[in-house]
Amino acid sequence: MQQFLEIISKPDNIPIILLLVGAIFFSWLAWTKARRNDALEVPVEAALDDKVQVWPYLVRVEFLATIAVMAILVFWSVFLDAPLEEAANRALTPNPSKAPWYFLGLQELLVYFDPWIAGVVLPTLIIVGLMAIPYVDINPRGNGYYTFKERKFSILVFSFGFLVLWVSLIVLGTFMRGPGWNFFWPWERWDPHYVAVLTNVDLSELLFNIPTRLPDNSINPVAMLFGAVVVLGYYSIGPVYWMMKRKDDLMQKLGLVRYAIVSFLLLTMGGVVIKIILRLAPMAFGLNPVKYVWVTPWFNI
Amino acid sequence: MALMEKFRKTEFYKSIFRHSYQDTQRNRALQIVDNVFLHLHPVRVPRHATNIGFTWGMGGITFLLFLVLTITGVILMFYYRPTAQYAYEDMKYLMNDVPFGPLMRNMHRWAAHAMVLTVMLHMFRVFLTGSYKPPRQFNWVVGVILLVLTLLLSFSGYLLPWDQLAIWAVTVGTNMARATPLLGHEGPFGPELGMRINNDVRFVLLGGTEVGPPTLLRFYVGHCIFLPLIAVIFMAVHFWRVRKDGGISGPESKKNF
Ligand code: HEM
Repeated sequence: MQQFLEIISKPDNIPIILLLVGAIFFSWLAWTKARRNDALEVPVEAALDDKVQVWPYLVRVEFLATIAVMAILVFWSVFLDAPLEEAANRALTPNPSKAPWYFLGLQELLVYFDPWIAGVVLPTLIIVGLMAIPYVDINPRGNGYYTFKERKFSILVFSFGFLVLWVSLIVLGTFMRGPGWNFFWPWERWDPHYVAVLTNVDLSELLFNIPTRLPDNSINPVAMLFGAVVVLGYYSIGPVYWMMKRKDDLMQKLGLVRYAIVSFLLLTMGGVVIKIILRLAPMAFGLNPVKYVWVTPWFNI
Repeated sequence: MALMEKFRKTEFYKSIFRHSYQDTQRNRALQIVDNVFLHLHPVRVPRHATNIGFTWGMGGITFLLFLVLTITGVILMFYYRPTAQYAYEDMKYLMNDVPFGPLMRNMHRWAAHAMVLTVMLHMFRVFLTGSYKPPRQFNWVVGVILLVLTLLLSFSGYLLPWDQLAIWAVTVGTNMARATPLLGHEGPFGPELGMRINNDVRFVLLGGTEVGPPTLLRFYVGHCIFLPLIAVIFMAVHFWRVRKDGGISGPESKKNF
C-alpha cells in the first residue's frame, strides 16, 4: 500500500489524478445539466438567449479564470519540482519503462495486441474516428446544449470510449503495472523478481484444440482459416444482418458509406474490449489466456 | 463608489487618466473592437456563453496554458543546449544555479501536463454540448488536429531533459514505430517492402537506430519551432472558425422547441 501511495504521489502522475477527478466531476456536471434540460420544454441555454456585452460580462470571467489558473500554476510550481533523474544511460533500462502518462492507455493495450495494432493502427483509428464524428452523427438534435435524452447513443459511445477505455486504461497502466509489466494490486509490493507463469493459447486452440502451428513450426492453414472467418465474420455478419433487418428511416438517411464507417469503428472499439476479456477472463476459470484470434505468416491479430 | 467618484475628481487621478471613460454601450463595444487582442471576441454574446458552467472555460484555459508555455519555454531556451554533451548539465544548472530557473522549468512542465488535461476536457465538453454539429463540423476536425499537436508537443518536450526518465519514455513511445504496417521494419509487410532498422519510419523519426544525440536535436527543433508554429496556425484557424461558425454554440432559438 505504501508503494502505491508513493507511485500515486509521484509529481509526474499528478495529472492522472487530476484527469480522474476532472473526468468524474465534469461527467457529473454535464449529467446534472442534461437531466435538468431534459425535464424542461426548452433547454436553459435557449431560455437565456438574450445577448450581453462581452465587455465586461465575458472579459471579466476570462480575467478571473486567468488569475485563478496562474495562481494554481505558480503555487504548484513553487511547491513541487519537476523530476530530474540520473543522466540518460542507454546501458541501464529501468523496469518497468513507461511512456508519458497520456500514452499509458496505449501502452497497456500492448498486453492485448501486437505493437502494430496497439501502437499504430488503434491510435490512427482513434484520430480518424474522432474526426469522423461530425460527419457520421446525423442526429440534428442536441446541438449547442446539454442533453442526454436526445442523443443517448452517441453520448454513451463517446463516454464509454473516453471514460472507460481511455481514462481507466491510463490509470491501470500507471498505477497497477509493475516490473515486467506485471499486474499488481494497490496493496501489493512491486516485486521485480515476480515471474507470471502464463502459457498463452490462441483462440482456435482454446475452443477447438486446433493448434496454430504445425510440428515444423509453420502456420497451420486450418487455424489461419478459422481466424480469418472469426475476424472477417465479426466485422461483417452483425452489420449486414442489422442492415437487412432495419430498413427504416435512420438507415436511409445514414446511407451505406456512413453506416459502414460507423459499424467498423464501433466494432473495432468493441473488439478492443473483447480482446481484453479474452485475455483476462479465461484466467478467472483457471484456463490459459488467449493471445491471438487470427495467426498468419505476416501478421497476428 | 462614492469614494471612487471623489477619487476621480482629484488632480492625481486626472494626471493619470487624461479623459473620462463613460460607461455606455458604445464605449463597451469600442473596448472590444479597438483592441487587437480583445477583438477576437464579438461585441456581444448570448448570455449562456458567459456562463463558465456551459463551456467550462476549457478552450480558453488551454490557450492560456499555451501562452504560458511559450513564454517559459523561450526563457528555458536561453539556458539549454540540445546536445547529448550539455543537455543534462544545463538542466542541473537550471535547477540549481539559475535564479528562478526551477520556477520556470516547473511552470513549463506542469503547464504542459495541464494543457494535455484541459484539451481532453475541452473536447469532452464540446462533445457533450453537441457543438460539433453543423455548422461546426470542420472546427471539430481542426480541434482533433490540435489535440494531436498538443500530445506531440508534450511528447517531444519529454525527451529534452535527457535524463533516464526522458530517454526511456521516448524509447518506449517511439518503439511502436518499428511496427508500423508497411513502413516499419517489424510491421506487417514492412520487411517485404524492404524496411530495415536503418531505413524505416522509426529511423527517420529518431535520426538513428536508437534514441541518441540526433534524436535529441530532432525533438528539440520539432518541439521549439516546427510543432509550435503548426499549432499556432491551427489555433488561428480554430478561433477564426469559432467566430465564423456563429460564435459559441447554443440552441438555434426558442422557436425550434
Ligand atoms: C490546442 C488546443 C485547443 C485550443 C487552444 C482550443 C480553444 C478553443 C476555444 C478558446 C474555444 C471557444 C469556446 C471554449 O472555450 O470552449 C473553442 C471552441 C471549440 N473547440 Fe477548441 N481548442 C482546442 C482543441 C480542440 C479540440 C481537441 C476539439 C475537438 C476535438 C475542439 C473543438 C472545438 C469546437 C467544435 C469549438 C466550438 C465550440 C462551441 O461553439 O461551443 N477544440 N476552442
